[in-house]
Amino acid sequence: MCLGIPGQIVEITDAGRKLGVANVSGVRRPVNLACVIGEGSVEDLIGTWVLIHVGFAMSKIDEDQAAETLRILTELGEAQQELAAMRDGDRALGDAQW
Amino acid sequence: MKYVDEFRDPVRAGVLLKEIEALTAQIMAGRDRPVVIMEVCGGHTHSIFRYGIEKMLPPEIEFAHGPGCPVCVLPMGRVDDCVELAMKPEVIFTTFGDAMRVPGSRLSLLGAKAEGADVRMVYSPLDALALARANPDREVVFFGLGFETTMPSTALTILQAQAEGIGNFSLFCNHITIIPTIKAILDSPDMGIDGFLGPGHVSMVIGTDPYDFIARDYHRPLVVAGFEPLDVLHSVWMVLRQMAEGRAEIENQYARIVPRYGNEASLAAVTEVFELREFFEWRGLGSIDHSGVQIREAYAAWDAERKFAVASPSIPDPKACQCGEVLKGAIKPWQCKLFGRSCTPETPMGALMVSSEGACAAYYQYGGIDAVPEPAQ
Amino acid sequence: MNAVTPTGNGRLRAERVTLAHGGGGKAMRDLIEDVFTSVFEPDGLEDQARLSHEMLAVEGARLAFTTDSFVVQPLEFPGGDIGKIAVCGTVNDLTVGGAQPLWLSAAFIIEEGTEVALLRRVAAAMRRAADQAGVRIVTGDTKVVERGAADTLFVTTSGVGVIPAGRELAAEKVRAGDVALVNGVLGDHGAAILAARGDMVFEADIRSDCRPLNHLMEAVIEAAPGVRCARDATRGGLASALNEISQASAIGIEIDEARLPMRAEVKGVCELLGLDPLYLANEGALVLFVPEEQAEAALAAMRSTEAGRDAAIIGRAAEMRSPRVVMHSLFGGSRIVDMLVGEQLPRIC
Ligand code: SF4
Repeated sequence: MCLGIPGQIVEITDAGRKLGVANVSGVRRPVNLACVIGEGSVEDLIGTWVLIHVGFAMSKIDEDQAAETLRILTELGEAQQELAAMRDGDRALGDAQW
Repeated sequence: MKYVDEFRDPVRAGVLLKEIEALTAQIMAGRDRPVVIMEVCGGHTHSIFRYGIEKMLPPEIEFAHGPGCPVCVLPMGRVDDCVELAMKPEVIFTTFGDAMRVPGSRLSLLGAKAEGADVRMVYSPLDALALARANPDREVVFFGLGFETTMPSTALTILQAQAEGIGNFSLFCNHITIIPTIKAILDSPDMGIDGFLGPGHVSMVIGTDPYDFIARDYHRPLVVAGFEPLDVLHSVWMVLRQMAEGRAEIENQYARIVPRYGNEASLAAVTEVFELREFFEWRGLGSIDHSGVQIREAYAAWDAERKFAVASPSIPDPKACQCGEVLKGAIKPWQCKLFGRSCTPETPMGALMVSSEGACAAYYQYGGIDAVPEPAQ
Repeated sequence: MNAVTPTGNGRLRAERVTLAHGGGGKAMRDLIEDVFTSVFEPDGLEDQARLSHEMLAVEGARLAFTTDSFVVQPLEFPGGDIGKIAVCGTVNDLTVGGAQPLWLSAAFIIEEGTEVALLRRVAAAMRRAADQAGVRIVTGDTKVVERGAADTLFVTTSGVGVIPAGRELAAEKVRAGDVALVNGVLGDHGAAILAARGDMVFEADIRSDCRPLNHLMEAVIEAAPGVRCARDATRGGLASALNEISQASAIGIEIDEARLPMRAEVKGVCELLGLDPLYLANEGALVLFVPEEQAEAALAAMRSTEAGRDAAIIGRAAEMRSPRVVMHSLFGGSRIVDMLVGEQLPRIC
């Protein structure tokens, strides 16, 4: 349901009709910007990353939140490695005592 | 691709899988049946199969593939309406590709095209509107399909048609809403779901608050989830963590896209153009109150249902078809008596076999967990 | 390769084809000679090709014969046109069977009203492709049909080639452990056509990969004489080619998503429209299987040719309880890659 894909707004083609062009991995597609304009002007959207669904920019992508999600996962990995290292350390200690 | 590749990272997946294993062991210590997590949305079903996620998880974790594939839950009568509309000589019938193969009682849209109907696949309702602009002597009907995610796009297209005074464009509105349907599933007696992955793109429109009742009244965790495979694993982990800690809350894994209160402009356009229907019929689930929307009186001029006096016959699903049970997570696709016999992607009996987001087609095509053969060595 | 593609004899003055050009009289002769035969074979062409058979005099050599029809829309697109595809398609059909393509026929069904200039461009593209492949277009036919009875232009080519003695490519010969290679990036043709059709309204700098593969194939066979089989990944894409091989050899095939060569733009098109690149058509891509010990030699041979610069090892044949094509995803999981049911449709809503 609801296929959506991140893209970057690269051009405003019709400010009145809130139309622009998004770039998705080198593919350019006209998109409607009505849902992501908010308070600012249409031109401010150039360079913004948005989620595109059926030719509409539906939501601005929150860069900090994206980084945060990845950070949580990275930390989880680091914690695992520390645990593993501790376990190895314990084992090494154990070996020495033997 | 930015915001895509990072969320397909196998290293982080390995980390999550370890955490998931530990949590599963902890949860399973006190129970004797598997943990069932329903992914409400067909997009998640697709990711789960495309990336082979179910098989990566501990065997005690099962997915129930929910009703969130708009193509799959479309009743036969509505497909017949589409065919009837498309067959009108003045009509250019535009649709997303997803709907082309859904069987009606006599024809699919693909079949109607073969019989001479002018059916065109488009990527966006805006492209349908452009067709109307370019063909002033024809009637362009757009088949509006989908959940809250897609509603703003069709609502805004109607508003655009109004602003430009384009009279030969209309919407055949079949939009449905997800909340009443989740509620119907939670209320069904054979419900065995422990937690939910919430539909990420629906939520970017409606926000996360509408799910509160699921935690409050039904004590089930729901995590609004993104669609990349890492998002799915991350969300499964979040559901399990809630279960292990005895919590039932609404959490948001997809915060990079989903704001808590949804998207104001989208909701405003939807409210302006659409109103709730008293009920809407779903394939496999029957009629569900307030689960669909229709175009308000003020925009009747762009409503294909009014413009062409669409009949909307109610046509029962084939008797032996068990789509409803599959949708509710009560049985697995292969437990349906028709699966792989009279119901295959070539000759679908139920809609779950039509779209690759449908659980039955996904199992059939991608072979599910059990059907994926192990290399012998 | 000819430096200059021959142009016509200038006798046809009309701008558009009419039914008169199909009537069997002078108008028809002008169309055939000016637009087609003087481009294909400036030294003249008999209605019937008479081919010397010295190539066949070698004991054990066999003839290969194939035919294919082409109805692509739009007729011209970035990277090629219907004429180039019609030549390359038949050349590649012969090639993957192990044959050295030699002679082609070309038949044209032309809708009345078709621009003559378009036909000239198509014929020139055919001659260029034939030169590139080192084949000759030695016979042909034209028919003009009434408006609406065809979609501007349909082309059918047949091809004759020779399979040298001792060469035997067959899917049944694939064994567990054999390595699978492709010669280049996947999905370019399918994505280029989608963009050129315009229904989905997007722009991307993607060109069809349409090209003859016979020189590449000869280089591979020379470097890796144990090549088991090859398939061109045209309609239905790589997925269909692999499934055909798996079924014919009753052996499983594993491929690695991470190893599949693909352009960022093609990935973008697929993500945007909900398409699976494994099913996108190619017109200049083939997959072949070689014994493991010859894989590196085959890869190097491919990469030494123009059509194989992006060649890659993508997987291997493997014993499986039920033989299927399985893809290991970038993400770590795996899934079955099945045959396509009907046409691939965008998955959007
Ligand atoms: S196998 Fe067919 S009939 Fe049975 S549940 Fe699936 S789609 Fe419905």
